[in-house]
Amino acid sequence: MSYFHSVTLQRAKCKGCTNCIKRCPTEAIRVREGKAHILEERCVDCGECIRICPNQAKVAVTDRLERLEEFRYNVALPAPAFFGQFGRDVDPGQVLGGLINLGFDHVVEVALGADVVTAAIRRYLREHPQPRPLISSACPTVVRLIQVRFPSLVDHIIPLHTPMDVAALLARRQAREQHGLADGDVGTWFITPCPAKLTAVRQPVGMTLSEVTGAFSMAEIYGMMLPLLAQAPEGGELQQASAHGFGWGRAGGENQAIGAGALLSVDGIHNVIALLEEVLRDRLGDLDYLELQACVAGCVGGSLVAENPFVGRTNLRMLTERLGATGPGFPEEAAVRLLAEAPQVRGPVEPRPVMRLDEDPARAISKTEQLERVLESLPGLDCGSCGSPHCRSLAEDIVRGRAFETDCVFKLREQVHALAAEMLELAHRLPPAMGQRDEGEDGADSNEA
Amino acid sequence: MQTPEERGEARLRLEFEVTGLDFATAGSAATRVKRALEHVGFSARAVRRAAITAYEAEMNIVIHARRGLLKVCVAPEAVVIVAADEGPGIADLELAMQEGFSTAPEDVREMGFGAGMGLPNMRRCSDHFTIQSVVGRGTTVRAVIKNDQVGGRGRGV
Ligand SMILES: Nc1ncnc2c1ncn2[C@@H]1O[C@H](COP(=O)(O)OP(=O)(O)O)[C@@H](O)[C@H]1O
Ligand code: SF4
Ligand SMILES: [Mg+2]
Repeated sequence: MSYFHSVTLQRAKCKGCTNCIKRCPTEAIRVREGKAHILEERCVDCGECIRICPNQAKVAVTDRLERLEEFRYNVALPAPAFFGQFGRDVDPGQVLGGLINLGFDHVVEVALGADVVTAAIRRYLREHPQPRPLISSACPTVVRLIQVRFPSLVDHIIPLHTPMDVAALLARRQAREQHGLADGDVGTWFITPCPAKLTAVRQPVGMTLSEVTGAFSMAEIYGMMLPLLAQAPEGGELQQASAHGFGWGRAGGENQAIGAGALLSVDGIHNVIALLEEVLRDRLGDLDYLELQACVAGCVGGSLVAENPFVGRTNLRMLTERLGATGPGFPEEAAVRLLAEAPQVRGPVEPRPVMRLDEDPARAISKTEQLERVLESLPGLDCGSCGSPHCRSLAEDIVRGRAFETDCVFKLREQVHALAAEMLELAHRLPPAMGQRDEGEDGADSNEA
Repeated sequence: MQTPEERGEARLRLEFEVTGLDFATAGSAATRVKRALEHVGFSARAVRRAAITAYEAEMNIVIHARRGLLKVCVAPEAVVIVAADEGPGIADLELAMQEGFSTAPEDVREMGFGAGMGLPNMRRCSDHFTIQSVVGRGTTVRAVIKNDQVGGRGRGV
């Protein structure tokens, strides 16, 4: 299968440094012939390499705003994190109005989708005592991370639509019911904090087709909108989401919205990995629900977000407080009905194991044995000079035929050293025609041709 | 001549030393076992069951014994995990196997261990499980976990 990825490499800018290979949580990057390469089947679009690359060679490909021309009616779907870009002096209504000013015909807040999903999660937790803990499906990086690095945990992912998908459903329904528009005339555009969400739109997991048309970078939209904000029409009537819905944009907000149960929230992909190891070892079975976000501070920390993640987080928290908790939120019955009416149910997530060394189990065993042997012979410094992130991954690459032992600079030196010693040895041996032979050596054969 | 793979005798053997009360590296042997099974292509379910078993066996040496060895033998159809330690041994095996029974000291419990679920979980996760112990000498746990249909989805644990 071929994979779409929003995260891509601009080859010309890559200097072949090894910053990204060390940071990648799925060991999906190698440096070969002086340039980084992304292993498509392992990349989870987390954006860590975008953040760390000193040369801006890693970029997130998002849609261009010109694509609005392709549709008769365009709906903006701002992520909750978008509202964290603005301070106390800006109301959600102004932000929504600003989006209309940018050229959208309508806005449906993803925070409203979050209200719907919150209600559906509460119901699901009550009706399904197993498995535990369940894991939020909202962050597409986490879902993909589980597919490739924790394939045995896919059944822990709650099989519910994400707030983004629900917002798109609501937008399409409104366009159909109020304007009589056919699906093909309606563009639904997510304003995304991260490349992963664009990947989720283009290549959804657990569904065949997303209701979302495309995604615009949050930082780009923010930049375009700022100068227009002052003259934005008051979009107060566009605001439908509850205070808690906006909270989904920051770490802890989803759990706060759900309210009841043994809930745990973890942010930052390396922290998420450490926690999933514990889930895998079955040590967290007394927890009900895990809100896991790949980005530090939550979606406000996405790699396409303009504002500082921690400022964004506080902005959102204060927004929730300012709006005040609004009762029970979206009615559960209505939420469940809405999700049931979706053209596609959200199916189970398929595991996507990437570690297997060979299709044939017996050969895979031999290769794993070889891998352990090679690893034993490597210096264990994990220096990355070979272009693989760790000695272990170089050993894996060697066994897979993608690298050589001499790619390790220390191995290479060892071999050069041995070779030099051998040459020196040879240099001391004079050809028979030049010096005298030692007595008795090879004497018997001396007459043969 | 046939290679060992062709004769269906391919085996991967791994061995790790485990040191009592070394919490800094505790769990690392189990992690390497898990990695190896992923490389071999064990089903997701079998990998998880083996990971739980290896982890609990390793932790029992760390928490309850002085030192031990975690030995693993991988064949295409199953993995055998043996944890043998030099330690105090277990006087009443039946009691030790009960859910919730633990003699872990207070400070270890404070670290989040000692729920008394290790041995029961190991038995639940393995297709074949034996435990032998001599008081004052040590304990040996042996678990066999079958590889379900290779590459299979394999639900639950
Ligand atoms: N390797 C061992 N050596 C000595 N005692 C052990 C060993 N493994 C288990 N035990 C005993 O069995 C009890 C139950 O073990 P287990 O179910 O793993 O729970 P826990 O480790 O949380 O105490 C332990 O508290 C300990 O008394
Ligand atoms: S935490 Fe939010 S911004 Fe970060 S990858 Fe996940 S969905 Fe995207
Ligand atoms: Mg134990």
